[in-house]
Amino acid sequence: MTAPGERPPALVLDDVSVVRGGLTVWAQGSFTVRAGAVVGVIGPNGAGKTTMFQLALGLLPAASGRVEVLGAPPRRGNRRIGYVPQNYTAALGDAIRCRDLVTLGLTGGRFGLRPTSPAERARVDAALERVGAAPYAERRMSELSGGQQQRVAIAQAIVDDAELLLLDEPLANLDLRNQQEIVRLLGELHRERDVTIMVVAHDLNPLLPVLTDAVYLLDGHPHHDTIGEVVQEELLTHLYGTPVGVVRTAQGDLFTRAAWRDPRP
Amino acid sequence: MSALAAVEFQSNWVEILQSPFMRNALVGGSMVAVAAGLLGYFVITRQNAFAAHALAHIGFPGATGAILVGAPVTLGLTVFCVGGGLLIGLFGRRVADREMATGTILALATALGVLFASLASANAGTTTSVLFGNLLAISADQLVVFGVFTAAVVGTLAVLARPLVFASVDPAVAEARGVPVRALGLAFVVLLALTITMAVQVVGTLLLFALVVTPAATALRITARPARVAALAVLLALGSVWGGLVLSAMVDLPPSFFIVSLAVLAWVVVLATSGGRGRHRPQRPAAHGHGVAQRT
Repeated sequence: MTAPGERPPALVLDDVSVVRGGLTVWAQGSFTVRAGAVVGVIGPNGAGKTTMFQLALGLLPAASGRVEVLGAPPRRGNRRIGYVPQNYTAALGDAIRCRDLVTLGLTGGRFGLRPTSPAERARVDAALERVGAAPYAERRMSELSGGQQQRVAIAQAIVDDAELLLLDEPLANLDLRNQQEIVRLLGELHRERDVTIMVVAHDLNPLLPVLTDAVYLLDGHPHHDTIGEVVQEELLTHLYGTPVGVVRTAQGDLFTRAAWRDPRP
Repeated sequence: MSALAAVEFQSNWVEILQSPFMRNALVGGSMVAVAAGLLGYFVITRQNAFAAHALAHIGFPGATGAILVGAPVTLGLTVFCVGGGLLIGLFGRRVADREMATGTILALATALGVLFASLASANAGTTTSVLFGNLLAISADQLVVFGVFTAAVVGTLAVLARPLVFASVDPAVAEARGVPVRALGLAFVVLLALTITMAVQVVGTLLLFALVVTPAATALRITARPARVAALAVLLALGSVWGGLVLSAMVDLPPSFFIVSLAVLAWVVVLATSGGRGRHRPQRPAAHGHGVAQRT
């Protein structure tokens, strides 16, 4: 139940299972992502992390159970969701400028010849400016570095004032510095816009400063918890199937590390 | 005596250009240039070059089959190109799936073409004109068909342009945003089939790329803005057709050769002068501090 004036949860799953190609990807998914959370979606390869996004986007129906996104059933073309797919920027060639790509996030679904209005152009400028991509807005996507491309992808996802951002492996193939800059950007967007963010990630460490919650896919079921509960040695070791240690520094920083040691003296 | 000695400048070329068959060639060639130039950006961004090539060949049995049953060649071409296009379009979205399906349909079509040609005992001249085009033989009836096809391509593109750009360069996000990616793909392949039906009659099955792919590829070296690429590609295609016809009138050689040569020449010139601009060159670290140039 949602109290008056309170925002409905960003994502609600009630005993949901997902089937693809006759195989159950995961089942018995029951959790609620509150509005305004920053959620890491983690789990081993092939566990169905991307599938969860497709469910929220209305691209894949739930085989059973009930799904609610931003207070309504999932539907394709939900303009309240901003989406950055996996390996996204690598697929974009040299046939599109950054600015035009961001503009498509706003007007790309529109049939007919009406040109982009000045108001729409201003929104595109604002999105490019917000992610720091304004200096290279006129360049082709293929001319940019991985970090720059990721910024443009995020600009496209926020240009229509999305309330829920779904980012699939946004830190893959980025060096440490670019990873940190993207994470900082996500933190800023979260604070300024009170947007809910869900991030699929292999490595939790770079995201830990901004994450409030995590959804982890374990043994064929999605589980949800606050980030503090998830970052536990036993759970992570089970989750990744390899020894994982958790370290808390004197400054209060939290990070995980591979706990495997060479047994030779 | 060398055959080359027969090639000589025709001083009455202006007169030749004003003849009715040249006027038909100019009008028909121009319409094909407009349609092909507009579609080129999408053929490249959708990685459909192989499909375009295949569709041209799939038209071959359509043409020879039409001769076999005594139907108009244009009708045979249209039926086979559109049918083949829909068949290719219905096969998987994955490029690898599509390539295999396209290759298989292409082989079958070529085999049928050989069969029909032999059954119809089509003379070598007919086969040659399908393979290499015969712009100078475009009839008034064909022009009417060209006009309808070109109007269909231009009109449909005007409506579909923006979502089609979205679905072509960015299919994953376009689909999530509710753009009917698959339906647009089928619509596009039909437009492509109509254009190829015309282009085959102008430059022929074997030389089709020069109008459908090359002008857009040249334009893409100069700009990445879809509307400008389309406009520039149309101009380049028009220039190639017009220049090709003039040169053909001057020396009495097939216009296909000159049209293709001019289109390729423009591509080579732009390639040489742009020096790889726009091709996968990562930017150096910007002064603004965002992003270190790094590529894996």
